[in-house]
Amino acid sequence: MESKWYTISVYSENSVGLLNRISGIFLKRHINIESLNVSKSEIENVSKFTIVVFTTEDWTRKIVGQIEKQIEVIKAFYHTDDETIYQESALFKIASHLLFDERQIQNIIKESNSQIVTVSRDFFVLAKTGRRHEIDEMHDALEPYGIMQFVRSGRITVTKASMPITEILAEFQNK
Amino acid sequence: METLNMQKKDSKTKKAIRITGAEAIIHCLLEEGVDLIYGYPGGAIMPVYDELYKFQDKLTHILTRHEQGATHAAQGYARVSGKVGVAMATSGPGATNLVTGLADAQIDSTPMVCITGQVPRHLLGSDAFQETDIVGISTPVTKWNYQITKASEIPEIFAKAFYIAKSGRPGPVLIDITKNAQFDELDFAYEKCNGVRSYQAVAEPNLEAIQSAAELINNAKRPYIIWGQGIILGEAEEELKTFVEKSGIPAAWTIMGESAIPTDHPLNVGMVGMHGNYGPNVLTNECDVLIAIGMRFDDRVTGNLETYAKQAKVIHFEIDPAEINKNVKVDVAVLGDAKQTLHLLLPLINENEHKEWRSEFDKKYEEEYQAVIQKDLEPTKPGLTMGEVIEQINKASNNDAVIVTDVGQHQMIACRYAKFSRSKSNITSGGLGTMGFALPAAIGAKQGAPEREVVAVIGDGGYQMTIQELGVIFQHNIPVKIVVLNNHHLGMVRQWQELFFESRYASTVMTNPDFVKIAEGYHIKARRVTERADLESAVVEMITSKDPYFLEVRVEKEDNVFPMIPSGASVSDIRLK
Repeated sequence: MESKWYTISVYSENSVGLLNRISGIFLKRHINIESLNVSKSEIENVSKFTIVVFTTEDWTRKIVGQIEKQIEVIKAFYHTDDETIYQESALFKIASHLLFDERQIQNIIKESNSQIVTVSRDFFVLAKTGRRHEIDEMHDALEPYGIMQFVRSGRITVTKASMPITEILAEFQNK
Repeated sequence: METLNMQKKDSKTKKAIRITGAEAIIHCLLEEGVDLIYGYPGGAIMPVYDELYKFQDKLTHILTRHEQGATHAAQGYARVSGKVGVAMATSGPGATNLVTGLADAQIDSTPMVCITGQVPRHLLGSDAFQETDIVGISTPVTKWNYQITKASEIPEIFAKAFYIAKSGRPGPVLIDITKNAQFDELDFAYEKCNGVRSYQAVAEPNLEAIQSAAELINNAKRPYIIWGQGIILGEAEEELKTFVEKSGIPAAWTIMGESAIPTDHPLNVGMVGMHGNYGPNVLTNECDVLIAIGMRFDDRVTGNLETYAKQAKVIHFEIDPAEINKNVKVDVAVLGDAKQTLHLLLPLINENEHKEWRSEFDKKYEEEYQAVIQKDLEPTKPGLTMGEVIEQINKASNNDAVIVTDVGQHQMIACRYAKFSRSKSNITSGGLGTMGFALPAAIGAKQGAPEREVVAVIGDGGYQMTIQELGVIFQHNIPVKIVVLNNHHLGMVRQWQELFFESRYASTVMTNPDFVKIAEGYHIKARRVTERADLESAVVEMITSKDPYFLEVRVEKEDNVFPMIPSGASVSDIRLK
């Protein structure tokens, strides 16, 4: 079976140790987590994990089954890239003098649609939000001039189809 | 610390009493109907032990000689009684010694609650004396775990722990309690838990799936049932028996499912798996509909998945959604509790006899009898076989004993030849294969079913892994019968070395101590049998003893267990020699 990018979305209680429990499921199967983001979700007091893996659908389905089995997990889903709208964010710290010495830098900023977050005497910071390859392209363009620091966030995703968590919780409440 | 949202059906709040966390723990256990726990004290759990002293008329604590023994005893207790087993230990090494038992209970779905003491809240993360991150360590081998750092959390967390351990697919839960939470006071009121919003214990039965299953079953020419422990855990023995009898379908079991239907039932065709019966393995690849009930297609059951039941439509009755399509792709999945789903299936099933198909199992049994069983049970050579010892236990106990086994050759022989007349009678370490399981598990089994005869059958290797628990049997005069089948080898590993490693016996030969003297050192009646002529009388003497009894049987040193599916081979390629 062919390996692909899959985004796993996990709705859960906000409890200490759950991250360890979820990451252990990947560890046990020797599957690497390519990207991980934990945040609040659209539902009050419900957390959302967004996990990106590069593996087969069969493995992804089994992993989602194991994740859902965890007591504090309300529901987990997996989607392909086509089924989601997803973004990543990156920050680039660059020496300020380059803005004046290297004219090309200004073009890169304009063409990449990135924002200048801050400028100081020594450095300035660019923020870029987009697909992984767009961030990679910007990184490649800036690299020859010297990047003082670079960081990229985990993927964040919303799905085209609905993820009916509210209904699941309501059903429980009415039992 | 955020806690789980618990559903509370009973909104009447009981009147709270002001007590310490340690005392609250005892009240929680009593509220859950616990009257027996196994454990080992130490610094970080001492406040709870102090309360145990005060409550000893209501709650018995058995001091095992090692914390691992406490977990296996709790498992044995849970497996015969269907109740939750409880084990307790201190922090650090006490807690880490529970890990094997937790892993065993996790893979064999045994309901167990383990309680560990922990260093005080303010010392967490300081590498304090006997501090270890047991919540981190136990995460992959528990169904749920939680660290209590405030006394006020105790009642809610204990209620959840027992609910989670017992409901759905059962499993072990660990609660770690910092020492300050044991000393501090709380307003104690207990409400049992009957639901956790993020956890669906059992799915509602899907009637369409049951309808599809019934259609496949009614139209099948060569249907075949394999059942597992799900029948026993779900107490669905009667439903299974009725299903089998009405449909006339031959039914085999995994070792975890053994004893759910009596051994001598005409439709009970035997054991599947690596050392299972010949017919049940070979005919898996000749049936047209395979009905798996409460089993998980473990690799020791299926052999090579690429050649497993490919010709058959597969129906899987299963409580755990994560098991569906995990190892074997199924055509119809029936999620839910086996008792409920089989009950709904029964009226849809046509009566049938499948005589011709059943006769194929008889033919295969005859082949196996000639090639293997006769040699095992009616040997003509001088050396004693493990099989004839099991046969004598069957006879002396009228096929009604609880047989507790360890891991290895003796386990496979016991599972193959032990005869059972009622459920919850075969207690063994199935999934994890934990040597050292049997002796402490037998203690728990005897205490969980005191009216029953409990016989631990153990190899000389595994026996020495938890031999110290003889101290518990002696101190509390627990009338467990212990049979050590001594072949002076780690027999199963030696068998593999003989078959697959050109007889290079690396570290499998054992020079053993005088086991009879060791038992006698614990004041346990003991006897050794080396000749066939003495076997029957020795087994009868053991079974009729009112006291604990130890029997060592010197068996043939280099016997092999057959049939055998070599690791990774197909069930069709099972070897009779």
